[in-house]
Amino acid sequence: MLVIKNLHANIDGKEILKGLSLTINKGEIHAIMGPNGSGKSTLSSVITGHPAFEVTHGTIEFNGTDLLELAPEERANEGIFLSFQYPVEIPGVSMVNFMRSAINEQRKYRNEPAISATDFLRLMREKKELVEMDSKLTNRAVNEGFSGGEKKKNEIFQMAMLEPKLAILDETDSGLDIDALRIVANGVNKLKSPENATVVITHYQRLLDYITPDFVHVLYDGKIVKSGGKELALELEARGYDWIKQEVEA
Amino acid sequence: MEQQYIDLYKAHRGMIKEHSAAVMNASRDEAFARFARLGFPTTKIENYKYTELKPSLEVDYGLNFRRLDFPVDPYQAFQCDVPGIDSFLYFVVNDGFYPETDDRNKELPEGVIICSMKEASEKYPELVATYYGKQSGKKDDGLVAFNGAFAQDGFFMYVPKNVELPRPVQLINIMRSDVDFMANSHDLIIIEENAKAQLLVCDHTQDDVRFLANRVTEVFVGEYATYDHYKLENTHNRMTNLMTLLIDQQASSNVISNVITLHNGVTRNTIEVALNGKHCETEVCGMVIADKNQTVDNFTSVLHNMPECHSDELFKYVLDDVSKGAFTGRLFVEKDAQKTRAYQTNRNILLHPSAKMRTKPQLEIFADDVKCSHGATIGQLDDNALFYMRSRGIPYNEARLLLMNAFMADVLEYIRIFALRDRMKMLVEKRLRGELSKCEGCVICQ
Repeated sequence: MLVIKNLHANIDGKEILKGLSLTINKGEIHAIMGPNGSGKSTLSSVITGHPAFEVTHGTIEFNGTDLLELAPEERANEGIFLSFQYPVEIPGVSMVNFMRSAINEQRKYRNEPAISATDFLRLMREKKELVEMDSKLTNRAVNEGFSGGEKKKNEIFQMAMLEPKLAILDETDSGLDIDALRIVANGVNKLKSPENATVVITHYQRLLDYITPDFVHVLYDGKIVKSGGKELALELEARGYDWIKQEVEA
Repeated sequence: MEQQYIDLYKAHRGMIKEHSAAVMNASRDEAFARFARLGFPTTKIENYKYTELKPSLEVDYGLNFRRLDFPVDPYQAFQCDVPGIDSFLYFVVNDGFYPETDDRNKELPEGVIICSMKEASEKYPELVATYYGKQSGKKDDGLVAFNGAFAQDGFFMYVPKNVELPRPVQLINIMRSDVDFMANSHDLIIIEENAKAQLLVCDHTQDDVRFLANRVTEVFVGEYATYDHYKLENTHNRMTNLMTLLIDQQASSNVISNVITLHNGVTRNTIEVALNGKHCETEVCGMVIADKNQTVDNFTSVLHNMPECHSDELFKYVLDDVSKGAFTGRLFVEKDAQKTRAYQTNRNILLHPSAKMRTKPQLEIFADDVKCSHGATIGQLDDNALFYMRSRGIPYNEARLLLMNAFMADVLEYIRIFALRDRMKMLVEKRLRGELSKCEGCVICQ
C-alpha cells in the first residue's frame, strides 16, 4: 500500500530524514517509536505533504501513485489521514461545515454526488457514538476551546467520518488520561479492517496495550534502525533507547 | 482644484438656491465660506492622511444644479426583491429623491414621514430647521463644508415618539449618468423618543463613467430610541464614495451602525457617534473586502460625552492585490463621562504582499473611572489551519475561503435584520469567491 524508499527530507535546510525506507501493506498495524527528535513527526508531515518540508531524495508510493506529486488535499482524498499531534483550532469554522466540506470534497474526488443533509447528519451521529464524543462539540468551531482529550477524540471522529485507507496517528496518546486513551484506542480498533492500514507513532508502549501492532520500528536519527514484532515495544519500554543508540553507533 | 468650485458657486449661487429649499439655503453661504477657507482635505491633514482624494477630485464632473430628471426607472432597473426582506423601499438617483414610490410605502405608520429633503423642508420647515446642520454645521471638514454649499436635496426620514416601524426602510442610492458626474446629497434622519427604526442604505453605480458622491447623513436618535443604520456599498471601480455619517444619541438610546464595503473604487467613510445622554449603547461596525487597486478608509469617532455609556467597535478588512485600507478609531471620553465602557477591535488580513493596511487606535480619555480597550492586528491567513484543512481533503482555495468567511462572520452578527444577515453572508461568500468581480447593478436586489 505505502512504499517509502530512501527518503531524505529537510526543514529550513536542516536534514531530518536521512534515508528512511518503510513498506506497509493493507491490513497491517505498524508502530513507529523512537527518542525525541528522531524524525517521527517529520515522517508524518512528509507523507501528508506539509509545505514546510522539502523532500530532497527518495520516493513515496501509495497504491502505485507517486505521492510526492500530489497536493496535501489530493493525498487526503487518495485515502491518507493524519491524526495531528497538535490539532489546530479554527475559530469561526463550525465542525459541521468543516466536516461537510471534507466529505463532499472526497466524494467529488471520487466522482460521487454530494451527500444529502439527512445522510450527513446520520453519519455524524453514528461516528460520534463510535468515539463517544459529546454531541455539543460538533456544534462548535473546529477544536476551539476543546480540551486536550476532546481534540484527540475529534481527530479519531474525523478519521471515522473519512474512512481512510491509511491512518497515521501522531502521538495520539500524548495528553490523554486512561479513559480517553481507551476510547480513542477503541475507536481505532473498530475502524480497523483487512482493507486499511494504521501507523501509530508513539513514545510509549502504553498505547500499544490497546492497539496491538503487527510491526514495531525504531526511528533514530532520520532512519529506521530496527524493526521487529510487538515484543520490541516491550523491550524498549524495559530498556529505553540507549542500547539502540549504542548499536547504531557501534 | 478648489478654485473651479468656488467660481462655480459664485456664478450659480442663485440657481443652486432656486432649486433647493429655504432651510438648506439658510446655511449655504456660510458653508461655502467654510469650504473656501478649508478647501478639499489633503493627505497633509491628519484625519485624511490615508485618503488620497486628489486624483478623484481632479476629474471634470458634471453637476445638476437645475435638478433635471435623469432618465431612469429604478423599479425597472433594480428588481429590488431581497428574498425574505420586506422593506419600505426608496430610491435616490444621484442626488435626487425618486418621487414615485411603491404603493406598499403607504403602509407606513401614522406620523412617519419619508420623503425628499426638499419636500420635507417645504412641508415641515420647523421640524427640518430644528435638526438640519446641527451636527454637520459645526464640522471643520472640507468635504462636509462642500456638501453644505452644494447639496440641494437628499433623503428625509422622521419617526415620531413611541412609533416602531414594522419593517426596515431600504434606501438605494443609484449613480446614473452618461458623463462623469458628481452628486452631493444631505440626508436627515430623526428618530424621536422611544421610537424604533432600521435603515438599510445601498450604494450602487449604473453607468461606466467616473462618479463622485459626497453624502452627509445626520441622524438624531432620541431618548430610549433604537436605530439601526446599515450601509452597503457595491459600486464599480470608477466610483469615489465619500460618506459622512453623524449620529447624535440621547440618553438610553441604542444604535447599531454597520458599514460594509463589498466592492468599490475609492471610499472614505467618516463615522461619528456622539453619546450625548447617560446610558447610551452604540455598536460601530464595518467590514471591507477589497482587491485590485481599491481603497477604503473608515475614519470613526465615538464621543463619550456623558457618563455610563457603552460603545463597542469592530472593523475587519480582507485586502488583496494592491488594495489599500485604512482605519482610525478615535475614542474620546469626556472628563465627566465616568463609568464609560468602550471597546474597540480592528483586525485585518492581507492576502497579497502588495496590499497595504494602516490602522490607528486613537484613545483620548479624560475621565478616571472607565473601562476602555483596543486591539489592532494585521496578519495573514493561518498556515497551520490551512494545512489542517487540506489534510482533510479540502482544497487550498476552498480552505482559504472557509477561513475568510469565518473571519468576517462576527461583523455580520451585528446585523439585527436576520434576513439581511443571511443575504449578506451569501454576498460576502460570493465576493470572497471572486464572483462579484464587478458591481452588476444592485446585487443586494438581484
